Order: sequence, then structure tokens, then C-alpha cells
Amino acid sequence: MLKLIWLIPLLPFFGFLIIGLFGKRLRLSERVIAFIACGSVAISLILSIGAVIEYASSYAPRPYLSSEAGQGFPYSFTWVPGGKAILSEGQAAGAAAEFLVNWSYQLDPLSAVMILVVTGVGFLIHVFAVGYMAGDTGFYRFFAYLNLFMFMMLILVMGSNFLMMFVGWEGVGLCSYLLIGYYFDRQEAGDASKKAFIVNRIGDFGFALAIFGVFSVFGTLEFTQVAEAIKAYPVEAFGAFGLMSWIALGLFIGATGKSAQIPLYIWLPDAMAGPTPVSALIHAATMVTAGVYMVTRTNFIFQRSVTMMFVVALVGVLTAFVAATIAFSQTDIKKVLAYSTVSQLGYMFLGCGVGAFFAGIFHLMTHAFFKALMFLGSGSVIHGMHHEQDMRLMGGLKKYMPVTFWTFAAGWIAICGILPFAGFFSKDEILWRAFITDIPGGRILWVIGFITAGFTAFYMTRLMALTFWGQYRYNDPAVQKEVYGEHRAAHAHGAHDHDLLHGDVEEDKKAVEHAHEAGRGGQFFPHESPKVMTIPLIVLAVLSVVGGWIGWPQALGGSNHFEHWIEPVIEKVDRAHSSEAQGRLQLPGEAAVAAKAQGHGESAASEGAHGDEGHNVVEYALMGASMAWALLGMYLAYFLYIKRRALLDRIVSAIHPLYVGSKNLWYWDYLLDVKVVNLFKGLNNLLWSIDAKGVDGGVNGSAWLTRLSSVVSGLIDKYVVDMAVNSVGWFVRIGSIVFRTIQTGFAQNYALVMVLGLLAFVGYYLLSR
Amino acid sequence: MANVATLILLLQQTAQEPTSFWSRVSFNPTLSNFLTLSFLLFIIGVAGVLTRRNIIIIFMSIEMILNAANLNLIAFARYWQLNGKLSEYTGHLFTIFVIVVAAAEAAIGLGIVISLYRNRETVAIDEIDLLKW
Repeated sequence: MLKLIWLIPLLPFFGFLIIGLFGKRLRLSERVIAFIACGSVAISLILSIGAVIEYASSYAPRPYLSSEAGQGFPYSFTWVPGGKAILSEGQAAGAAAEFLVNWSYQLDPLSAVMILVVTGVGFLIHVFAVGYMAGDTGFYRFFAYLNLFMFMMLILVMGSNFLMMFVGWEGVGLCSYLLIGYYFDRQEAGDASKKAFIVNRIGDFGFALAIFGVFSVFGTLEFTQVAEAIKAYPVEAFGAFGLMSWIALGLFIGATGKSAQIPLYIWLPDAMAGPTPVSALIHAATMVTAGVYMVTRTNFIFQRSVTMMFVVALVGVLTAFVAATIAFSQTDIKKVLAYSTVSQLGYMFLGCGVGAFFAGIFHLMTHAFFKALMFLGSGSVIHGMHHEQDMRLMGGLKKYMPVTFWTFAAGWIAICGILPFAGFFSKDEILWRAFITDIPGGRILWVIGFITAGFTAFYMTRLMALTFWGQYRYNDPAVQKEVYGEHRAAHAHGAHDHDLLHGDVEEDKKAVEHAHEAGRGGQFFPHESPKVMTIPLIVLAVLSVVGGWIGWPQALGGSNHFEHWIEPVIEKVDRAHSSEAQGRLQLPGEAAVAAKAQGHGESAASEGAHGDEGHNVVEYALMGASMAWALLGMYLAYFLYIKRRALLDRIVSAIHPLYVGSKNLWYWDYLLDVKVVNLFKGLNNLLWSIDAKGVDGGVNGSAWLTRLSSVVSGLIDKYVVDMAVNSVGWFVRIGSIVFRTIQTGFAQNYALVMVLGLLAFVGYYLLSR
Repeated sequence: MANVATLILLLQQTAQEPTSFWSRVSFNPTLSNFLTLSFLLFIIGVAGVLTRRNIIIIFMSIEMILNAANLNLIAFARYWQLNGKLSEYTGHLFTIFVIVVAAAEAAIGLGIVISLYRNRETVAIDEIDLLKW
């Protein structure tokens, strides 16, 4: 089975080709398209599971490269032959190298986790989407793009070199663009898809520069070879910004764009304009996690730059905090989940930044489960509410959509981080590692992360309260008026006013549709979703509960399988002595023997090598504190939104400026979208005017000059040259006036001349005798 | 006056005697008389060629010139005959040549005139001045 890993990305690709090329032409039915799409992903999933099992039993922990199965297509073949190059940086500067990139796959613990997550969650989402997109005219297009996305994502995670990862990186960006803009007749979808792609590309610029840097230092782009060659490079201490830091910076900029961190997170909330399965798959579970995967994959570069580790952790935790504060005030259910995703991605980067890469990946996995679950759950809600997304018009859906409610609740508890649900283990691991890390500022990072965890619990409970608990508000005209304005309120009462000339036409169509629902005076009540949609929800809910058990920490009695599984991928780098050769990094839980043998006092103290008992107390305390804080946040949200609504309103009006700021996304979106973009538009206009007036003026001017010179030449030719020629003739003419009078044309004149001549001759003859 | 008187006297004598008038004329032409006559004819011919307007008249004048030349030739032929210098008939032969050439030239000339008239509708040569500058 291991030999067949090359099939794993290819099957969805064939699915894409078949559905994309023949879906419309042959008018394939929805069943056939669904079968092909879901089937290809399902087989990929089965192959992935088989390959991972085989890998775990026989190959681990070293990475398995598909070139071991054989050379040539399809295992490992020369993709970019390139040519000779000379390394320009680093220790081997000046050495000759060859740019040769192979298309080959790599299966190691990290990519094993990723392919399982991608194919597993991807499969469930494909099944869900069959129900969600049923009846849509672009059904075939949707699944073609979705399969293409699976192909690209699998290339990203299975590629054995930077270039393949980059291909997958760009490919998922492309699919994101195609799928966000799926409803291409909507202005906001088109704008959002462009925004996503362009912001992604800004990040990709940094990524590309980093790849150039990697090649010019190491002469190769294969991960295994770079990991080997980088061992000779020292760790750059905090404050020093050397070669490794620059490469890591480029990589992180790419990750910022793809994984929606500050400053490039602006595209993710807008991306909610796409269909909900897209939001679940691409913008929660897989594509946005590519940045985290990339940072972990290149951990050997990041670990050699303490400055960049700090930057990664800082940006991550700040993003987590800011996104959480925005989620407080959002009223669209998908937007809350989007900002929640941004926030949780920040946690993942926090985990990676403090050196606990496995924790970042662990959180990636558990987050994929519960966030995909919640997005699909929201999709189910939206579907049941006939595409109404504003939470102010929901409420009390618990009794109308029970399955959706209970599965969503599983995700909610998971994200709040309550034992023993999945989110607890991963989030807690990250916070603990941040607390004990040797990266400077770890404690402060912990504090911010800790506070954000409480915020997370609060806004997610707020979502639950507004959506599933309380009173069902859709048919309340006051609420309709608050959300949409006067005429919608009339519709809620069943008024048949069809004068829909103002406002969003789509919204108004929905309003009329709902108003004609059920025939009960125009009242509308939601229904539960069909089984094809609820079964993936149930599966994901189960995973949200048990998915974290694989990383049950040692502090609570487990053996943290996950950490040990990922361990071989993470290089052990000694950051305490940055300018010397690396030693062994002391992680808590590891045998104290190693610590005593090395005898590194200060690093040992901060990492807690003073025995298992000592630091476990701190760990338990922190665990307890974070759970208590989360529970407090949950209870507070429940209390304010369900029990004492009036108190909530008073609090909101008290912090009104903060509320407005949060609702306006802290003006960052405004700053970039309006100010920066307008700046660039201004620059564009300036350059255009230079081109149109300056350059084109120059070109046109030279053309004008040419015409002018040709006119002058013409005049010279006509009046000067021709004049010279003509004047010769004129002179001849003038000169001949005298002589031409002899030519009278009168024959008798000629005869007279003859006679005169005769006389002259005779006279001369006679007179000279 | 003396000639008139002589002439009247000759006429009286003619009326009285049976001899011809012409036998009593005591004019024996010499060579120079003939040459003078030929010269006068030539002059008249040239004048006609130079001054007349009609092409036919010009041709006539050209014939006159030719005839003057003939007369000149015959006069010299007779003179040489009388003085026994050359073969008797050289001059006469030359004259026959000139007459033939004159006839041929006249034929062609008249052909030209007819062609000219057909093209120009005129026989006045002062109207044919295409070669004028």
C-alpha cells in the first residue's frame, strides 16, 4: 500500500477531470457526480489509512520517500531539470550546484497526520456538500473544483520538496478563488474571491523569496536534504537576524497570507461569501492550516532563529486575541466562525513559535474536527433557515433541528477546551508549552493566550445562545425591522407587498419566499436537514470528542502518543547555546538523566528539569485555571444572553466605542481595503498617466517629429531640388529665345535663307576673282 | 526714240517689200543674251518661290527655275556647237535629264500637296507652320 501513495492525490485529480470536462457536456446526474467526487476521496482516504498503517509498522520514524518505490513515473521522476548554479550564500557560498527538482512524495509522521486529516475531513465534507448543494445548477462545477482542491492540498502535504509544496500552495489558493467566487453572479462573492487570491499572493511573494534563499544556501529543495545540510548552521540568538532568520521570515510571511494571520487575515472573513462546505473545508480544516504545516515542515529553519520563533509566537497570539475581540460583535454566524478560525490559527502558530510544533499540529488536527463540524453545523442551520445567516433572526433552533444542535454542541464544548473533549488537550498543550518555553517573553504570550481562551469560550457560547437557545426570533417583526428595515417587517407578517425596488434584491427574494412559507400567515419555521448532511455531522462530533485522546498528556496519566509520533519530524535544537553546536533541548517529561548529563543549568531551570513532581503541579494548576476560566466565560455568555438581556444591552452601551470598533473589525480591513488599496490605485493612476501622457506622448511625439521632418523633406524636394532641376531647363529656355525665332515653320523663310546663302557664295566667288 | 523710229521705218519697209519682218531684224543673239534671259527667268522663279502664297504657284515657279537652268544649258550647248569645242549633244542630254527629274519632282510634289491639303485643308503655306518655335 505504501507504494501506492502516488495515487492518493491523483484520484481526486481524475475526479476533477471527469466531472469538470464531462459534467456539463454529458449532463451527468447529481448522483453520478456525487459518486465520482466522494468516491475518489473515499478511495484516497482508504489508501491513506493503509499507507499510514504500513508506514507506522515498518518505516517509522524515518521518512518514506516515494523514490524508494522506484524511479521514474509515477513514483519519482525528474520534474524540473534546471541547470548549473552557484550557491551564493551561507557556508557553501561559491560551490557549484545543480537545480534539479523531482516530483516525488514523502510520507513521514507529519504528512501522515495531514493526509489523514485532509482526506478524512474532506470526505465528510464532500458527503455533506452533496446534500447542501443539491439542486444547484453548478453542482458539477462545485464538485470539480472541490476535487481539484483535494488534489492540490494533497500535493502540498505530500510533496517532498519546497517546489511541490509551493505548487500545492498556489493550487489551493486558486481553488479557494474559484470556490469563494462560486456564486459568481454576486458582487460580494467576486470581490471576496479576488481579495482572497490577491492577499494570498502577497504572502506567496515572501514564500517564493524564502525558496530562493533556501536554494542559494543549500543547493537543494528537498526537505530531507535541507534538514541534513542545515545541521552545520548555528542557532541565531534572539536579536540577531542572520541568514536563517531571513529565510524563516520569508516563509512566515507566506504562512501569514495563507493562514490568515495579522496583517493578512482580511480575506478570511470575506471568504464566507462562498458556499458553507467550502468554508468548512478550505477555510477551517485544510487550506488555512497549510501555513502551520509549512512552519512545522521547515522547523529546522525556524528553530535556528530565536528571533523568528518569537515573531511567529507573538503574531500568532496577537492574532488570536484580536480575532477573538472581533468575534464578540459579529452577527453573521459564519463570520463568527471565520474569526474563530483566525483566532485558533493564531494558537497554532503560538504553539509552533514556542517550539512545541507537535502541539501546533495537534491543535490543527483537533481544530479541523471541531471547526469543520461547526461550519457544517452552521451550514445545516443556514440550509434549514433557507439561507438566512443573521443570528439575530435565529434562536431556539434546538427544538427544530435537534441533531444539528447536539453535534454543534460537541464542537462548541471542544473549542471551549473542556476536558475530555478534543480542544482541551491541544489548546492546553499549547498554553503549557508557551508558559515553559525558553523563547523570550513566553510568560507574556501565555497570559495573552490564556485571556483569549476565555474570550473564545464567551463568544462561542454567545453563538450557541443566539442560535440554538432562547426564543425563535425569525417571525418577530421588530427583529426583522432591526436587521433589514421596514418592508421586510411587513413580509414577516405575511404582507403581500411586492414592491421590491430598494435594498438587496437577493435578500428581498428570500423575504418573499419565506413570507409564503407554510401558509401560516406568512410565518416561517426551519426544519432539520436530511441524513446526507447530518451523518457527517455525527461523525465529526464523535471525532471532536475522542480526537484529542491520542495526545493525552503524561501529566494526566496518558503517554502522549501524538507527541511521540510527531517527534521524529522536529529537529532537536539547543537554543540555550545559540552560537555553539546543538545539544539536546530539554522537554518536560523527558528523562532527567539527560539533563543531568548535559548539566546546562539555566536552560534546565526554565524548562523544568527539576523533576517530574515539581512542574506537574504548575501544569495541573494551569490546566485547572484555564478550564475554570473557560467555564466562567461560557457561563457569563449564557447568563448575559439568555437570562439578563437587559444587562447585556447596558454593558454594550457602556463600552460603546469598543463595541463599534469591534463591529468595524478594528478598522484594519478598512485601512487596507480603502486606504492602502486607494493608495495603490492612486499610484496606478499616476503611473498610467505617466505612461499615457509621458511615454505615449513621447512615442506620439517622435512620430509627429518624423512626420514633420518628412513634410520638410517634401518641401525641400519640391521647392529646392526640383527648383534646381527646373531652373536648368528655364535657363535653356530663356537662352534659346533668341535663337528659336529662326524656326518660323514658314517654308519660304527657309528658301530665302538658301537663296541668301547662294548669293553669298556666288558673290564671294565673283568678287574674289 | 531712235529704236521706235527704226521700228517704224522697218514696218514701213515691210509693208512695201515682200521680205518678212523678222528677216529685216538685225538682232543676232549671242551667248550672253541667252544667259541674261536665263538669269532673268531664274530670278523671276526665285521671286515667285519666295513670295507667293499658293503652293501650286510655288511649284510653277520652281519649274520656271528649272527651265531657266535648261535654257542655260541649251545656250551653252549651242555655243559650244558653233565653236566646235565638245561633243555636240552633251548639253542637250543634260537638259533631258533635268526635264525628267523636274517631271518626277513635280509628280511627287503634287502628291505632297494633295496629302497636305487633305490634312490641313489649305494650300497656303503661311498657314502651315507647325514647325514654328
